[in-house]
Amino acid sequence: MPDGGCAMSETLDAAIIGGGVIGCAIARRLTLEGRRVALLEKAPDILDGASKGNSAILHTGFDAPPGSLEAECIARGYAEFRAIHARLGLPLIEAGALVLAWSEQEEGRLDTLMDKARANGIDNVEPLSAAQIRALEPNLAESVRAGFRVPDEHLVDPWSTPYAYLLQAVENGAVVMRDCAVTGGSFDGRHWELATARGRVRARVVINAAGLYGDRVDALLIGESDFSIRPRKGQFIVFDKPAAGLAKHILLPVPTQTTKGIVVCRTAFGNLLVGPTAEEQDDRRAATVDTATLQRLKEAGERILPALATQDVIAVYAGLRPATEQADYRIRARNALNYVTVGGIRSTGLTSALGTAHHVHELCAQMDVAAEPLADPVWPRVGNISEHAARDWSEPGNGGIVCHCELVTRREIEVALEGPLGAKSLAGLKRRTRVTMGRCQGFYCTAQLAAMTAGRFVVPMAAGEDQPTDRRPTSRKQADKTDAR
Amino acid sequence: MPGEPCDRADVAIVGGGPAGLAAAVRLRSRGVDRVLVIDREPEAGGIPRHCGHYPFGVREFGRLMKGPAYARRNVEVAQAAGVGIMTGTTVTALGEGPQLTVSSGGGVRSIRADRVLLCTGVRETSRAQRMIGGTKPGGVMSTGALQGLVYLQSLRPFRRPVVLGTELVSFSALMTCRHLGIRPVAMIEPNRTITARAPAGLYPRLFGIPLLLGTQIIEICGDRRVEAVIVREDDGRVRTIETDGVIVSGQFRPEAALLSGSHLAVDPRTGGPEIDQFGRCSDPAFFAAGNMLHPVETAGWCWREGRAVADAIADSLEARIGDRVNALRIADVADPLKYVVPQVIVPDRRPAPIDRLQMRLERPAHGRLVLRKTDGEMTVLGAVDTRPERRITVPLEKLASAGPGEARIVLEGEA
Repeated sequence: MPDGGCAMSETLDAAIIGGGVIGCAIARRLTLEGRRVALLEKAPDILDGASKGNSAILHTGFDAPPGSLEAECIARGYAEFRAIHARLGLPLIEAGALVLAWSEQEEGRLDTLMDKARANGIDNVEPLSAAQIRALEPNLAESVRAGFRVPDEHLVDPWSTPYAYLLQAVENGAVVMRDCAVTGGSFDGRHWELATARGRVRARVVINAAGLYGDRVDALLIGESDFSIRPRKGQFIVFDKPAAGLAKHILLPVPTQTTKGIVVCRTAFGNLLVGPTAEEQDDRRAATVDTATLQRLKEAGERILPALATQDVIAVYAGLRPATEQADYRIRARNALNYVTVGGIRSTGLTSALGTAHHVHELCAQMDVAAEPLADPVWPRVGNISEHAARDWSEPGNGGIVCHCELVTRREIEVALEGPLGAKSLAGLKRRTRVTMGRCQGFYCTAQLAAMTAGRFVVPMAAGEDQPTDRRPTSRKQADKTDAR
Repeated sequence: MPGEPCDRADVAIVGGGPAGLAAAVRLRSRGVDRVLVIDREPEAGGIPRHCGHYPFGVREFGRLMKGPAYARRNVEVAQAAGVGIMTGTTVTALGEGPQLTVSSGGGVRSIRADRVLLCTGVRETSRAQRMIGGTKPGGVMSTGALQGLVYLQSLRPFRRPVVLGTELVSFSALMTCRHLGIRPVAMIEPNRTITARAPAGLYPRLFGIPLLLGTQIIEICGDRRVEAVIVREDDGRVRTIETDGVIVSGQFRPEAALLSGSHLAVDPRTGGPEIDQFGRCSDPAFFAAGNMLHPVETAGWCWREGRAVADAIADSLEARIGDRVNALRIADVADPLKYVVPQVIVPDRRPAPIDRLQMRLERPAHGRLVLRKTDGEMTVLGAVDTRPERRITVPLEKLASAGPGEARIVLEGEA
């Protein structure tokens, strides 16, 4: 039941706060384990926080701290994704990664990194000379010194993936409430009662998967938090499709303590991505881009792949990672409170989500009555919007192409608007279909999209002639305050 | 032919804007039987469909028309001439043969033709491509998107936007705003002068809109909707302008994505196909006309160019155009020249549809245009003193003595 009614009379097994990739995966896991759950998301649509901007890599976890919770969740998440992606209709582009050293100092760290990979159970890394690397990737700059190959690092669709997790939860009985910020809550020793923007929600267990607001939700509900979030911004640039032919592998730098560094890789949609930066900031909401940084990213990309100099950048974006004081995940169950915090999940969240969800399920099992896993769950398939397989535009009955750059059909847009998790914002529709995300950025299709989405979005694309929007402009500060809840 | 699935044409035209439709009509009048125009929009007519203002059509139809009426007229004339128009159909690949792969509501199929004419036009450079900083709220759009909303859907995306750019299209954006009672709060131009020719530059003053020259938008602010832009003036002063939208206008580039996966040679400077003076591409069964060759000219210019290239296509069907042998190839232009069209001149003296070299500058400049061949020979093409986005033309006769080989064009004596 999507966006289920206001006050829910039913007592749920679990309320999950946050519709990012982690919340979506937890909703799926708990539902499959036979629990009745609701996912509460404060934004008009899911994937609106940390999960909206990442590098879309399925990590092996080769450089995670061995023995860490993060490493464990990545390994479990990776394995489960490989097992289920085809069944959910999700793409997996088997690219492999090259970790590249560009300086003597970086070269000196390669052995340590390969040892770490083996300690993490990744035993198929292979050291490569500069000549071997350039044979694999002829477009790489000649200054590459050495590196190693991680054959199992792959590419995924960063939005269809969590969307499919949540869709499977919904089709098996989960409730999703969007535009549903949690404003308070109390625990009476057996049940939580949450106050939300859409009424009261009763549940035995509360799971805080609020990402960039994880510490705030902890403070709101249990009066304390083990960590404080210090958002780390990552800016990215996206090159047009011809650039995707320049590199087959995911090109990784030698990572540092704070960041995996600037990655150059293809995307599931046939573009080429360069990013992210790692910039600490206080603002949890505004992921701004700035011209100088984007220009530096472009230059960084050109140092790795010189042919990028003549390729077109078609899109830019920034994402925020919910970093905390510590590198590892901050997952903690408070059994006396029937409360689980799933916090501090950064770049690896897309990969680890399924594994993290298993971990959370095990924690919940210690505090709640036993449940019977679903004997025969529904397995929905999401429509393919990646370049690895036939797209809707090649099939009859597609209604014609609306977004010409990304070849998005009328039928794909209608499905994304109508489905059980129908898009509630233009950003949500973009993530589900890729409309306006191509080279023209809406030059050709904006008018048609505005007509198709009229009355569907929380913030409409444009007001009708007779209903002018007259929202008073507010300063950025005011806007931030209203959301800081 | 209309209504029937057509998988064979004498000439298939990709894009039903002014150039494509004018070419189609001309081909029919030259006796070409099956002329098929393929357009991906629900209706043919091209960009003028959503330019709900004057002036269109004066030279073509002897009447002052608004864009939509002009677009309809082009379609009607083509239909009356027996041109097949296939709308809602996207060409997804160009192949040798020539063969086109097309997608429509019915799925994918192939179309074969003896000749293909590419008239896919231009689009504006987006906010993302310009790497303008800030948040990504709703209400940031190109003129094309704005005009589509206003003229095709009667929607109003904002009430008091800023307009970035001072090209002709930027003033078209102002007129579009007026149509729905949208009152722009500023027109912003990074250069110190207006790009468009007079009298367009008078409009802002006429409409009472502040014109901010030498000013850049460094940041767009707002959460769900644009709330302000932060601008930096030439003297370094930074200030905030409250606004609810940003029209990112102009800096046209060819809509030429079809070329990148194809066998056709692309000119890296225009981004469009490399052509000779007959509008012929590197595969002589393919031709091109209109704004994809030279971002950007008026609808009327494209219309005339489409019609002229149609004559060359008709001639080529009768094997009356010389092959690309002993050609002069202008492989490069030097800064501050931006591009030159055509890039190849074949030694065929018959009247050519593209009878002038067309060039543009990156920045205001003056000097002497010189064609320098790799063998050292040079030809003076003339003096220029002009600004970007203003066309420079040189009659092809001036190159008559140059002979075959590789060449580049440079601007000498620039002060």
